[in-house]
Amino acid sequence: MEELLPYTLFLKLTKLTKNSHFTFRCFVRGIIIGGASMAKYITKRIIYMIITLFLIASFTFFLMKMLPGSPISSAPKLSPEQLAVVEAKYGLDKPLPEQYVQYLGNMLKLDFGVSFQFKGADVTQLIIDRAGPSFQLGMQALVLGTILGIILGMVAALKQNTVWDYGSTLIAIFGLSIPSFVFAAVLQYWVGVKWELLPVALWKDGFASSIMPTIALAIGPLATAARFVRTEMIEVLGSDYIMLAKAKGASRFEIAFKHAFRNALIPLITVLGPLAAALVTGSLVVERIFSIPGIGEQFVKSINMNDFPVIMGTTMFYSILLITIILIVDILYGIIDPRIRLTGGNK
Amino acid sequence: MEKILEVKDLELSFHTFAGEVKAIRGVDFDLKKGETLAIVGESGSGKSVTTKAIMRLLPENNTEYKNGQILFDGKDILKLSEKEMQKIRGKDISMIFQDPMTSLNPTMTVGKQIMEPILKHQNVSKAEAKKKAIELLQLVGMPKPELRIKQYPHQFSGGQRQRIVIAIALACNPHILIADEPTTALDVTIQAQILELMKSLQKKINTSIIFITHDLGVVANVADRVAVMYGGKIVEIGNVDEIFYNPQHPYTWGLLSSMPSLDAKDEKLYAIPGTPPDLLSPPKGDAFALRSEYAMQIDLEEAPPFFKVSDTHYAATWLLHPDAPTVEPPAIIIERMKRFPGSRYYEAENGGNHQ
Repeated sequence: MEELLPYTLFLKLTKLTKNSHFTFRCFVRGIIIGGASMAKYITKRIIYMIITLFLIASFTFFLMKMLPGSPISSAPKLSPEQLAVVEAKYGLDKPLPEQYVQYLGNMLKLDFGVSFQFKGADVTQLIIDRAGPSFQLGMQALVLGTILGIILGMVAALKQNTVWDYGSTLIAIFGLSIPSFVFAAVLQYWVGVKWELLPVALWKDGFASSIMPTIALAIGPLATAARFVRTEMIEVLGSDYIMLAKAKGASRFEIAFKHAFRNALIPLITVLGPLAAALVTGSLVVERIFSIPGIGEQFVKSINMNDFPVIMGTTMFYSILLITIILIVDILYGIIDPRIRLTGGNK
Repeated sequence: MEKILEVKDLELSFHTFAGEVKAIRGVDFDLKKGETLAIVGESGSGKSVTTKAIMRLLPENNTEYKNGQILFDGKDILKLSEKEMQKIRGKDISMIFQDPMTSLNPTMTVGKQIMEPILKHQNVSKAEAKKKAIELLQLVGMPKPELRIKQYPHQFSGGQRQRIVIAIALACNPHILIADEPTTALDVTIQAQILELMKSLQKKINTSIIFITHDLGVVANVADRVAVMYGGKIVEIGNVDEIFYNPQHPYTWGLLSSMPSLDAKDEKLYAIPGTPPDLLSPPKGDAFALRSEYAMQIDLEEAPPFFKVSDTHYAATWLLHPDAPTVEPPAIIIERMKRFPGSRYYEAENGGNHQ
């Protein structure tokens, strides 16, 4: 799990989000009963998202101020006068409430200040530059992993207890038990070094550079999706409404795809949400192995260096991403499962 | 009357981890056009398995059809390919299941679910199928069908869902409708509505119904004929009056005695002692012998054949053998028999001067 470090760190920083997420889940129930429109629902959710972000921002800000040390304390010895000059330059000498208000004000303008560790680099720009590769890799891995995983899971469930099923289970177990960095190293050695089919590392050849890290990252979601889809499909295929579909004269193909598939996807979406967040926000280890300038690597470095602006910026970026993904997942639920459709209600 | 379905000496087993479960051990019956045949018996007696065998809905990987034939329309259903079977299911034979809360697909509109068999078996356009679906919903007594077909199962009550399941089953005017405990999961007032609905629809489209239930009250209400199943076999079959007022098999006596009645206020409700037989190793003789106070030595040794009581009434019990001693059925059964002309306890209404 260490490759998900940024994600778990983030979760620790934002315990609050989870709670407020629970609050707006309760709220959703209320909305369903009230039968409000989708637009109204989304507006409400966005307002809650803003409140959540505000809480995260405040919480992270004060947490960091409570940490011992500052970015300057790790610098080579400075005289008190020099220290005062530097602190004044970065606004660290002002009283805490004032810093806080100023900080929030800047954040509204999407201005997270300048980095301490990279001289004068604008944090917003830094995150945008770094998030690009991470985001691309994450999305590619997510799409590849889920699609292949769903196919594997479907095949396993439809051909239960045959060679197909055992084969798919084997792949899933490999995917879950082999850490992605081992897989990455093996790929690098054979595909990159021995056969010279793809660039071994770095982020220079566009799409070709992204193929191997994508595969290495996709193994995890693939295995998860395959296991979930197989279990769910088997359960759904044994349900009464599948028997009724068969009694109507539906063929095996129709039963599997028209009736079972959609119902089997519902629990998969639940796991895909957090998985997507973890993937999209970057995988530290895979980024390191392939020397990809991603955001995960930078986040950990910033924490070690007490680089407040970058930590704050990245936390906010992760928060926005995760909250958005949660919103998308909730909307997806409604699309797939009419029982939790938000616009529903008896007319 | 014309026979539409004949089940001949059906035997089938399930292969399980525990061994071979002989679920059906020789079942014979036929179904006539337009009639309602009720199959009664306790859980595990093989009622559902028999009807699922007729539709070939049993899991293919562990079900073995060991013997017998199921003749529908002159063809043996057990010999048809899966493709041919798909053409029969939902068109010629359709089924209503026990629990309406789980037998509809939660992620598909009810309209789509009703249209599915129509589109599958009849050569019609989508628009026509939709029209037909609306008509069907109207037929089963659903208000505002044009609006309702766009809704999902969770937006309907249990009774409404069972009406939808019935609409699906009737979509292609089937020759045979199998109703597997269709009212068990519903509350009593809804039960009566659904039964009335089924009876009125049966008259409209002249379909034959196989009605599985363990509720004898329902049987008396809907059935023309009754088959009593026990331990994977039919033990008694006859017209509904014959089974209710002139029962011959000790198991049927037990079933009827354990039916609560409104007049018997202070009496303790009768329960058949013991448990159903283990079909992993079914008993050699009459499966009910071990629970029956009327059992004779031969009941433990040899399975009884069917003895004829009347042209329509048969019972598999050695008590009907000419050499068997005459036994007194339970008092409550004798009370019933007194009302049935042709039974040995019959008492004419007008003080016994009946000729």
